[in-house]
Amino acid sequence: MTPLLSVQGITKRYGTHIGCADVSFDLYPGEVMGIVGESGSGKSTLLNCMAGHLTPDAGQVVFDTRTDGPHDTITMSEPERRMLGRTDWAFVHQHARDGLRIGVSAGGNVGERLMAVGERNYGDIREKATDWLGRVEIDASRVDDRPTTFSGGMQQRLQIARNLVTGPRLVFMDEPTGGLDVSVQARLLDLLRGLVRDMGLSAIIVTHDLAVVRLLADRLMVMKTGRVVEAGLTDQVLDDPQHAYSQLLVSSVLQV
Amino acid sequence: MIDLSNVSKSFTLHNQGGAVIEVISNVSFAVATGECVALTGASGAGKSTLMRMIYGNYLTQAGEIRIGGLDIVRSEPRDIIKLRRDVLGYVSQFLRVVPRVPTLDVVAEPLRALKVPADEAQDRASALLTQLNIPERLWSLSPTTFSGGEQQRVNIARGFAHTYPAMLLDEPTASLDAANREVVLSLIEDAKARGAAIIGIFHDEAARTHVCDREIDVGCFTPGMVA
Repeated sequence: MTPLLSVQGITKRYGTHIGCADVSFDLYPGEVMGIVGESGSGKSTLLNCMAGHLTPDAGQVVFDTRTDGPHDTITMSEPERRMLGRTDWAFVHQHARDGLRIGVSAGGNVGERLMAVGERNYGDIREKATDWLGRVEIDASRVDDRPTTFSGGMQQRLQIARNLVTGPRLVFMDEPTGGLDVSVQARLLDLLRGLVRDMGLSAIIVTHDLAVVRLLADRLMVMKTGRVVEAGLTDQVLDDPQHAYSQLLVSSVLQV
Repeated sequence: MIDLSNVSKSFTLHNQGGAVIEVISNVSFAVATGECVALTGASGAGKSTLMRMIYGNYLTQAGEIRIGGLDIVRSEPRDIIKLRRDVLGYVSQFLRVVPRVPTLDVVAEPLRALKVPADEAQDRASALLTQLNIPERLWSLSPTTFSGGEQQRVNIARGFAHTYPAMLLDEPTASLDAANREVVLSLIEDAKARGAAIIGIFHDEAARTHVCDREIDVGCFTPGMVA
């Protein structure tokens, strides 16, 4: 089986400071991988390098494109990479406002991504947008309201609808449940799990919340000062961590 | 079906002075289809540890653990995930679920992961919950607020939803009343009859003699413990 995403030797420096160093892994279709580590461990830098928001100093991010197979997205032309960003890739930001157009209605936010891939029929677009609002549990009566009138949890769900409407194959998520109430988090996690299972999505989730990765991710990478110190099956890394830092991370979680 | 050869395990506690604890050394045994084997030994002998190693939850330092031909000691995460979805079931002592998900969906989930249609999966889940005496009025609620015994039964229903060819059962009859204990034992008997290879930990001696064909004393493999 061809990996959907093959990351090789990704390195990013900020001057003399290391963002992330020599990170490599393969992600297969339908897999969800979590990346954990404390603040400053390089997990967001790595995610942004993979998603094309940052240019790494070294390494390859090879994506198995629908039309012509594996391609290094770092050396790809800008229009090609943008097209990927609108079709096969999705990016869920920690702050919903970074991923939404705040001055446009909820329906418009979802519809915009459809228009970006060439849909033109207003009726179809509105119907799909309403369907997706339903899937993320936003009432159809709110379709014409702006996201500024939504709660934080609703904005996050709207961002997810906007990202998934075009049926991406790979979703990058940066702290998708960060800053949300625990009760809202639980609902969002359940929603994400259902979507991942039903759509056969692959996802890479960056978070510092070990409970989130236990519930969502099949595999886990632990990062410290820009390097991957341990990787493996999520429950194995959490229940039987091998590296000193992973052991510290797991044992530091407060019990509720 | 389940084949262990020369399996050893130690824990290294880096943050506690690098202490190395040898837990299990040189375990070898095999479990055939339709057979139920009990792991016995004193508390701390490493029964649960060994079971978790077989499930791939704990890393094994040496030896081979083959389940249906796959050596899980040397497998990629995706192969272990596939094995757990299709072949290897595990009923742990604790229920771990996404909060707020209804009990019926919790039980149906292993089948949904196998692409069984929603209604069919729910029918199977309903049948199991009925069999295990979980009242229907609770099915739409999350099991997180249930009593210990109820959670245990939800966990068992979930573990038996799919007819796994290999199963690991960690204290499946603990905290159950006599009637429910009988139901669980009959589920185990049924699984054996259809050819499942089962490894179980039972503190309940009557249950153990009832369903198990053999016993393996894990204490014999524990370094520093007199067998």
